[in-house]
Amino acid sequence: MKIAEWLGGFAASLTFAAATTAVAADAEARGAFASTYRPAAATPTAIVGATVLTGTGDEIPNATLLLANGKVEKIGAGLAVPGGYLLVDGRGKWVTPGLIDAHSHLGAAASPAVPAHDDTNEAVAPNTAEVWIEHSIWPQDPKFRLARAGGVTSLMILPGSANLFGGRSVTLKNVPSVTAQGMKFPGAPYGLKVACGENPKRVYGGKGRSPATRMGNVAGYRKAWIDAADYLRRQDKWEAGGREGDPPKRDLQLDTLAGALRGEILVQNHCYRADEMAIMIDVAREFGFRIRTFHHANEAFKIARLLAKEDICVATWANSWGAKMESLDGIEENAPMVAAAGGCAIIHSDDGLLIQRLGQEAGIAMTAANRAGLPIGRGEAIKWITANPAKAMGIDDKVGTLEPGKMADVVLWSANPFSVYALADRVWIDGVVQWDRSDPRYQEPSDFLLGQPGQEFAR
Amino acid sequence: MIRALAVMLAFACAEPAGAQTLAITGGRIVTMGPAGEIERGTLLISDGRIVAVGADVAVPQGAKVVDASGRIVTPGLVATGAALGLIEVRSVEATDDRGTAAEDFSAAFDAGYGLNPDSLLIPVARLGGITRAITTPVYKDMGGRERVFAGQAAAVVLDGRAMLMKRGVAMVLEMGDAGAGRAGGARGAQLVALRALLAEVRDYKTRRAAYDRGEARDYMLSRADMNALVPVVEGRMPLLVSVNRAADIRDALALAREEGLKLILESAGEGWRVADEIAAAGVPVLLTPVKNTPASFETLGATLSNAARLAAAGVTIAIEGNGNHREREMRYNAGNAAANGLDRQAALATITINPARIFGLAGRIGSLEVGKEGDAVIWDGDPLDTLARPLAVFIRGAAMPMTSRATELRDRYLPSALPPTNGEIR
Repeated sequence: MKIAEWLGGFAASLTFAAATTAVAADAEARGAFASTYRPAAATPTAIVGATVLTGTGDEIPNATLLLANGKVEKIGAGLAVPGGYLLVDGRGKWVTPGLIDAHSHLGAAASPAVPAHDDTNEAVAPNTAEVWIEHSIWPQDPKFRLARAGGVTSLMILPGSANLFGGRSVTLKNVPSVTAQGMKFPGAPYGLKVACGENPKRVYGGKGRSPATRMGNVAGYRKAWIDAADYLRRQDKWEAGGREGDPPKRDLQLDTLAGALRGEILVQNHCYRADEMAIMIDVAREFGFRIRTFHHANEAFKIARLLAKEDICVATWANSWGAKMESLDGIEENAPMVAAAGGCAIIHSDDGLLIQRLGQEAGIAMTAANRAGLPIGRGEAIKWITANPAKAMGIDDKVGTLEPGKMADVVLWSANPFSVYALADRVWIDGVVQWDRSDPRYQEPSDFLLGQPGQEFAR
Repeated sequence: MIRALAVMLAFACAEPAGAQTLAITGGRIVTMGPAGEIERGTLLISDGRIVAVGADVAVPQGAKVVDASGRIVTPGLVATGAALGLIEVRSVEATDDRGTAAEDFSAAFDAGYGLNPDSLLIPVARLGGITRAITTPVYKDMGGRERVFAGQAAAVVLDGRAMLMKRGVAMVLEMGDAGAGRAGGARGAQLVALRALLAEVRDYKTRRAAYDRGEARDYMLSRADMNALVPVVEGRMPLLVSVNRAADIRDALALAREEGLKLILESAGEGWRVADEIAAAGVPVLLTPVKNTPASFETLGATLSNAARLAAAGVTIAIEGNGNHREREMRYNAGNAAANGLDRQAALATITINPARIFGLAGRIGSLEVGKEGDAVIWDGDPLDTLARPLAVFIRGAAMPMTSRATELRDRYLPSALPPTNGEIR
């Protein structure tokens, strides 16, 4: 009930934002940095006979999935295939929505990992809300294609966690492109990267400046939100006054923070410990914004019900733990316990290798949970890498499930997608084939790798 | 079934470790030895050693019986490429004993000292079916003199008792980008420096007494380092070389050939490009087959098919985990190699008998054969798959607790997360 009310309110605020031309929207109003992604014409396609995990909780054996005009048209068992549709034999195979990674640095931490390619952390000041990660993305990063071969069709690229406010994230469609604009997910909201804990205090404490402690971190957030609230008030006052006189001077850093206060920009919060997440929930309460997702969140299982009540998603792993004190309590069943409490659980990668195997990571968490007595089924577990990251990224009205009308982002798997043996046979993005394991055209290396040694085999 | 087994195991745990006879009955025993797979077999372990394995093995009176009907039984897994026992929290220096920046200890640094059987990482690895490991030192680069070798690896057992099985199972060296960096910035400098060092070790070997009297010339390395390298130049201790670029692998093979060294290659991202040469040299390879990104200029040719291609060329390979805290993923890495062309049985060998052979431990561990130490795992499915987990783990015949700090945390908080109603969560 509460969730529904909040979702309603959120939709309303989006509508409101679209209707106003706030000072902050200047760049977009002029078409700067807009998405230039236009999908090619899609062949009407029928995938017949596969076991389909819909992303809505259902598992449909021997299903027929119809894709038309780049959208999911129909899904069910025993549907008739209209004439003119390309038939794809799915017998013995599995189908899922295109996988969505809610935490990636592809393109910004590009391969090879030379210093010239290290563009994730503007680690010169604890608040760099003014930077946009899309201005760091190198679309030639060979990892985009590898992630596509792993079934990933959408991903959120985030700035790093050196800063309290790392900057804006961007959501991409995982399509080949020469420019970052050519990959931008049309209509996806921006995110704001906020980081808790050890990283900011280590980076800035090490430079002899604030934040050097966790209390310094929190003071840093609060000061910034006070400035953002003030900026927002001045803008609103100017708008309410019929735009009389000069508009308040635009500030790139405060633009992004004010966007988060308005609910237009989704707060994506790197935060490991349960106690720190609870503090961040109170910071959000103090300034009247919402945290959309806690990322990494190794201790989410300790406050699973609180996170469910607050409707905050948890993007985490099954296997990563122990690199830092704040990640010492990582457990395999973190995501399943969040799900069991009624929350929005996500398995993310934060890594160029794991992004190729999100299904396996979800499979590990699901299997561990089943062993611990949590009856998590495949229908729920697939949401951790499809519908739930779509929600965290604010694109759940467009992707993440195989409901009619959604973008036709689909993966055909050779085996159970949670198994080590599952390979993506074919990947459609907006109904267009963007990966086919049996077709060398889709295995062409990126510009960077072209003409380099050892490219004769698909990775 | 799971519950019944758990009860049985809890009972088994109460007994003194290994001081009795254990019979694992009815399972499909994948021996990884000459007996191959036994469809419905019995594995008998007495006083920590395997005394019988086969389809028609009588269970002696008084033996502790564990029913593994319908389950798969494999040898305990052998981890390579990690430093279990020497690390706790990566960012807490006091808990990280994997490497040293000490001036006089490079080759002499011995990972067989300072091992901590109480490490939180050990139960976590064990719950992934890992019973033994090659604890491998890493470089601890700091300003000033850069050490040539990381030190010596040790074979360890993960049953929570004194860990050391065998020290000095390999001398660890990085070549390629990292080696060049430590040698002043060029591959050529490292290759020259290594040849000069090895010549000095040979010289030292014949003049130890003179050296101790102060009558030998100065050497580049300390006495301790020289002593540690004597078995390497004699070809008794393998040199474990981390290297990736095809050309660098050729350089490592040439170095070993010319200097009479026993070589193990590690990482070998572009190994598939020189697989025939590696096979012809009889050199084994440790690798992480999921590392398929061109993460550096020395791994431009990295591919998921590396493991399968090396194996097809006749190279003995062992598959590594994803390091220390994530070492339990070793079996999934082997599964991914299988998904990308490696035979499944061969994939299981890469995490059992092959690492045992590569490190000279095949007489003790790595397969379920009479006379070997009694490490076994009962699985509820395919050991290489994410969808299966161990039901029971035995080391030297003793049932290991199926818990870790992580499962204790889980169980502490599970009630607070449980759904109000029963049934599948969807």
